[in-house]
Amino acid sequence: MIPLSWYLILAAGLFCIGFYGVLARRNAIAILMSIELMLNAVNINLVAFWRFLAPESISGQAFAVIVFAVAAAEVAVGLALVISIYRSRKTVIAEEINLMKW
Amino acid sequence: MTPIQLVFLFVAFATLWAAFMVVTRNNLVHAALFLVIALFGVAVLFVMLEAGFLAVIQVLVYIGAIAILMIFAVMLTRGDVDDIPDITNRYAGWVGLVAVLFFSSLVILMAQWPSFTALAKPILSSRDTIVELGTALVSPNGYVIPFEVASVMLLAALIGALVVARPRKGK
Repeated sequence: MIPLSWYLILAAGLFCIGFYGVLARRNAIAILMSIELMLNAVNINLVAFWRFLAPESISGQAFAVIVFAVAAAEVAVGLALVISIYRSRKTVIAEEINLMKW
Repeated sequence: MTPIQLVFLFVAFATLWAAFMVVTRNNLVHAALFLVIALFGVAVLFVMLEAGFLAVIQVLVYIGAIAILMIFAVMLTRGDVDDIPDITNRYAGWVGLVAVLFFSSLVILMAQWPSFTALAKPILSSRDTIVELGTALVSPNGYVIPFEVASVMLLAALIGALVVARPRKGK
């Protein structure tokens, strides 16, 4: 039998790797990929808590479905923004996109 | 060590390794392919947690749509900015330190929680969790409002992405 702790530690590790990627990578698409890793870590946690602590209700899975929808919307808008910025400024490096920086 | 634990450890290490490769690879196409491995590992974890529907959605939506969309975006934005020598910004060392500290403090905090080592109770074989999930998502006593809001948000994101990414007239 696998205890809950294994899933939680795995999800924490995945979240921290994604956290590093979001803050340290320079390429905007790599940042979006790292956000996907973080959202997946959250989903593992939601489903693990549902399975181990509250299997009688289905709320954990319903929440995970909503997270899927949010992730799909986020990546669609994010990649559209990146492609639009690339078209006008020929760069996807996050530090060079400083149009709105005062 | 039971076989199921060995399977879990294998999948967990494969997922973490692939995730680490995603954030460290210079070549973004390679990073996107490692992202597919990591997402597939998460799908296997969903199967092990007896959430079969979510595992199928994970493969369909994340691997089938999101990862492929990432690869397309990488290819569309390939120009003279590709293969830049330093892939991380100047705060990368500090960020790595903060990430490791955050991970260890999370584990220490969670270890003090009594349910941390809880074991799963078997799900009754008379239950069909997929039917329950489907009913909960459209039932007025369940999650019909979040579900409808999510569908409106997806529509708005679709239209927004189209408007943002469309080339301007005259250019």
